[in-house]
Amino acid sequence: MRRFALILVPYLWLLALFLVPFVIVFKISLSDLAMAIPPYTPTLDLAEGWAGLVSFFRELDFENYVWLTEDALYWKAYLSSLQIAVISTVLTLLVGYPIAYGMARAPEEWRPMLLMLVILPFWTSFLIRVYAWMGILAKEGVLNQFLLWTGVISEPLVILNTNLAVYIGIVYTYLPFMILPIYASLERMDESLLEAAEDLGCSRLSAFWLVTAPLSKQGVIAGSFLVFIPTIGEFVIPSLLGGSKTLMIGKVLWDEFFANRDWPVASAVAVILLLILIVPIILFQRNQQKQREAEG
Amino acid sequence: MRRFSWFNATSLTLGFAFLYVPMIILIVYSFNKSKLVTVWAGFSTHWYGELLSNQSMLDAAWVTVKVAVISSSIATVLGTMAAYVIVRAGRFHGRTLFSGMIYAPLVMPEVITGLSLLLLFIGLNVDRGVMTIVLAHTTFSMCYVSVVVSSRLVSFDQSLEEAALDLGCSPLQAFRLVTLPIIAPAVISGWLLAFTLSLDDLVIASFTSGPAATTLPMKIWSSVRLGVSPEINALSTIMIALVTVGVISASLVNKRQAVRQKREEQAAERQS
Repeated sequence: MRRFALILVPYLWLLALFLVPFVIVFKISLSDLAMAIPPYTPTLDLAEGWAGLVSFFRELDFENYVWLTEDALYWKAYLSSLQIAVISTVLTLLVGYPIAYGMARAPEEWRPMLLMLVILPFWTSFLIRVYAWMGILAKEGVLNQFLLWTGVISEPLVILNTNLAVYIGIVYTYLPFMILPIYASLERMDESLLEAAEDLGCSRLSAFWLVTAPLSKQGVIAGSFLVFIPTIGEFVIPSLLGGSKTLMIGKVLWDEFFANRDWPVASAVAVILLLILIVPIILFQRNQQKQREAEG
Repeated sequence: MRRFSWFNATSLTLGFAFLYVPMIILIVYSFNKSKLVTVWAGFSTHWYGELLSNQSMLDAAWVTVKVAVISSSIATVLGTMAAYVIVRAGRFHGRTLFSGMIYAPLVMPEVITGLSLLLLFIGLNVDRGVMTIVLAHTTFSMCYVSVVVSSRLVSFDQSLEEAALDLGCSPLQAFRLVTLPIIAPAVISGWLLAFTLSLDDLVIASFTSGPAATTLPMKIWSSVRLGVSPEINALSTIMIALVTVGVISASLVNKRQAVRQKREEQAAERQS
């Protein structure tokens, strides 16, 4: 009995506030926009009984999905979200790997402090960390002032409100997610392997490629998924740092809902976004599972 | 003793500069006298005064803290229960669905979570405000709590609990006297994580709140969309300072606890 209650409480909570809302999103994505409250049709009227239910289901259709494929804005936004996610994942890896490497090879008594320095930004407000870059990248911002002062450039660079600013913002905010798993896999590594490789005539660089890189592969994969998956649906970074040409699907969904008040289309956008995310999420889960089995 | 190699020292210096210089710049400019955030006009704490006399900002801060405390507390209870179910309950009908619902919110884009909860609240005709934000935050943060707590439960020696039961404890007593003290560090970090996630959330709160409730991130959002503002710099500085103090003191407490535990273990060994 007690066990039953223990399972039931969190189960019902998640059903009611996680699963049911998704069913509603799917249902509304099959409805049509209407000038009413709520702004879609049909609405289910249980008072009409069976006849109401039948006519309700008859009116549902896939029109919004057809609309998504016809209007270039949407599939361009999906593609450009994927592209931005891929590029920024690669950039985060390039920036994060040397940091994780340096941490794992630092003197042992330094490591807890270095680890804390990586985790600290993670506890700091995401919004504030993105906002910090607005003042740096703006036309009269700190970076331009500095570069003009040193004489590297003579005209201020336009960085804010471009895709470049979005990449910088993503790399900056998601960097801890990349560093931590790579650090974990590098720290576990047995360093005598490197000595062995060098004894056997490897140069340091080829020892890195042949020994260290393969051994840190799991960390790289985990870190890349942890950056890639949330970036696709990112909203705050493209809105604050991106420009009018930065298309990301999270922003499209937000605008569709809040600016256009087209709930059915916003719901359809959400459903497709979910379908796109399912593939990397399943790959990630499977990878984690494999790793757990390899360790256990 | 190990030393830093030249390469590692460089990559660490550059890396941490990248992580910290933006925040330092933000902090420095919060003490700028000028309203123009790009021109340095001398030291001043003017914007802090402005911030503290901004009633709507203070109201938003209060709403945020209220939401964060309530939602993270409920989420800690639910998340610990869920962790128990995942680690201990064995097989039951719908187990796959259950663990799916625990892990899915961790990777779900916030725009989708927010949209779906809003549509639920509208469908149920619930008045949106503090309560609906609490429900939304509890739902996603309980999943984080359960991940943190279950990783601790997995490594927990179950025979301790069985011993307590053999010695006449009721299951609830065994949980309170044996299990809870052992998993407490994980439960506390789960609560802290849930609390910060709630403090930080903009997107889900924007979807699920009504005109009556504005959280601090929503307030920050509406003002920074128009550009950089010195008042927000001041607010950010306060928040960064609070987080820094919190994280450092938490790690000091942890360290001291680890040392004490080690000493107790050594003492126990000597006695036996």
